[in-house]
Amino acid sequence: MAMHAPQQEMQSAVYVYEAPVRIWHWINALAIVVLCVTGYFIGSPPPSVGGEASDHYLFGTIRFAHFVAAYALIIGFLFRIYWAWAGNDHAREIFLPPLARGSFWREILHEIRWYAMIEKAPKRYAGHNPLAIISMHILFVWLAVFMIVTGLALYGEGTGPGSWQHRFFSDWVIPLFGQSQTVHTWHHLGLWVIVCFVIVHIYAAVREDIMSGQSIISSMFSGWRTFRVVKGERAEP
Amino acid sequence: MTVETFYQVMRRQGITRRSFTKFCSLTAAALGLSPAHAQQIATAMETKPRLPVLWLHGLECTCCSESFIRSAHPLAKDVILSMISLDYDDTIMAAAGHQAESIIDETIAKYNGNYILACEGNPPLNQEGMSCIIGGRPYLEQLRKAAANCKAIISWGSCASWGCVQAARPNPTQATPIHKVPGLAPKPIIKVPGCPPIAEVMTAVVAYIVTFERFPELDAQGRPKMFYSQRIHDKCYRRPHFDAGQFVEAFDDEGARRGYCLYKVGCKGPTTYNACSTVRWNGGLSFPIQAGHPCIGCSEDGFWDKGDFYNRLSRIHGFGIEATADEIGGTAALAVGGLAAVHAGISAVKRAREKTGADQ
Ligand code: HEM
Ligand code: HEM
Ligand code: SF4
Ligand code: SF4
Repeated sequence: MAMHAPQQEMQSAVYVYEAPVRIWHWINALAIVVLCVTGYFIGSPPPSVGGEASDHYLFGTIRFAHFVAAYALIIGFLFRIYWAWAGNDHAREIFLPPLARGSFWREILHEIRWYAMIEKAPKRYAGHNPLAIISMHILFVWLAVFMIVTGLALYGEGTGPGSWQHRFFSDWVIPLFGQSQTVHTWHHLGLWVIVCFVIVHIYAAVREDIMSGQSIISSMFSGWRTFRVVKGERAEP
Repeated sequence: MTVETFYQVMRRQGITRRSFTKFCSLTAAALGLSPAHAQQIATAMETKPRLPVLWLHGLECTCCSESFIRSAHPLAKDVILSMISLDYDDTIMAAAGHQAESIIDETIAKYNGNYILACEGNPPLNQEGMSCIIGGRPYLEQLRKAAANCKAIISWGSCASWGCVQAARPNPTQATPIHKVPGLAPKPIIKVPGCPPIAEVMTAVVAYIVTFERFPELDAQGRPKMFYSQRIHDKCYRRPHFDAGQFVEAFDDEGARRGYCLYKVGCKGPTTYNACSTVRWNGGLSFPIQAGHPCIGCSEDGFWDKGDFYNRLSRIHGFGIEATADEIGGTAALAVGGLAAVHAGISAVKRAREKTGADQ
């Protein structure tokens, strides 16, 4: 449903992102940056350090940072699922996209045309636009689930049989993929999917902020979405 | 005809009582059982009839048999070979030709439902099994017949367990691990992977089955937990170098001389379940990593199709390309970044044009 800016005023505002969502967003973003960097180094370690083994714990520290950030991501994600239920309507958007609704897909198409610069003006949404919803649903929500499940399966290999990670994850995930190395490879591919998501996400956020006549980046800090009239906007029905 | 017990056979072969008890204690230790169980193993050997075994060979290299007859304890190989009555094993039995093949039928008739089927190697399914012919017939037929009447199946080595190199892409003969052979009687299967499996692991598995008349506890993939529940990496003596971040970068560098971790030269220890770093090889003498070579993951499913043994990251096949996750992902990220930059450029131009339009 498009939120249309009232005609009389130049500015209007809606409260969209509640504080828990905003705090979660930035913790989650930080965790993912740490996971990506340390994950990359787990796959391709930095140059060797010299001296005695007992003097260093470099690779151990990189892995430890990965695991700390991993738990931040997992706990944050669980909290975010809870908040999808407890929070306002916008909090549910990326978890339960209205896939069965025809207008949803038409609006996605509209949004694609806007990005392809065929449409002259964007539609306005209080929450995410439908294209953002569908890409966040697939590339963030499901990817996060995938990374958490494969990550915990790999983690369970270290904690060993008997640990909850092993019992609930390694035990079925590793045989499902065939072997541990294959899980590593898929977990590693997930890194690049996230990187692609983050590039597009940040680019889109900056671009929309400038071009779409609604506040985007500041909304994720303040919670408020403000609208201003942009050139080319049709007269509202 | 009364069947001899293990003990009788051993004594007949000149094994002393002392060697026998030693073997029982060693086996109990290898199995992770308490010393009290050594007595249980001894009693079983003394009282139970020998376990009849049909040892079939499909597509394989015989390294499992080679490993098996090289058990560490000087007398173990004699003990073990006399422990199970290897009624059929075309590599080491005396009979040959039709005489040998008829043994299979005899064993099936005599021990119907009570013998163990030990599979070394696997059957090829394509071309009606033509790529592995035994006694003029496809091995597949022999395998199906022997499996239909056995008590349980041991899949020796990575061939029988996973397929191994003869099943490597594109697998023209469609070599297929035992548990995936279509039409095979549904018998319990224990997998003892490795290329080859460690001798002590093989003998201990047999000793366990003989003693307790059941399989040891298996993991989700059907491997005995006592030998396959930990990775090479979990008990690797080079692990402190891994945690420190000290890696061999090339095989002739200073790190290699200092015995640093082999992760960067492709070690698959972190993803390989086997007992090499605890039991070791050649009578506990050494194992590949100790000799300065990375683990190639020989006991893991598909280890032969993961690309370079000397590269940590696997190669992924598909869409006619072969690349690591970093190569694929890095390219994708560059493409996405490039597209975003181009899109940004066009957007800026468009906006500038609209602005000028507004000014006029
Ligand atoms: C590592 C990186 C990041 C990840 C994984 C990430 C993920 C997400 C997710 C899942 C949402 C949806 C929030 C919800 O509805 O619950 C979101 C929204 C948002 N993010 Fe990020 N984010 C990241 C980094 C950033 C950065 C660096 C910025 C700033 C430039 C940013 C700006 C925003 C904005 C403005 C929104 C709201 C979008 C809208 O109103 O449609 N994000 N982000
Ligand atoms: C956005 C999320 C994540 C990213 C981008 C990420 C990235 C990576 C990468 C690239 C690797 C190296 C894989 C390889 O061996 O080639 C890795 C390893 C690993 N990750 Fe993650 N990861 C994420 C989330 C998680 C989570 C949630 C966990 C859960 C505990 C986790 C646990 C692990 C473990 C245990 C390893 C293996 C460490 C080792 O082999 O020593 N990861 N990760
Ligand atoms: S040599 Fe291999 S198994 Fe040993 S610590 Fe290094 S990576 Fe792990
Ligand atoms: S160290 Fe690895 S590759 Fe070598 S025998 Fe053991 S499992 Fe196989």
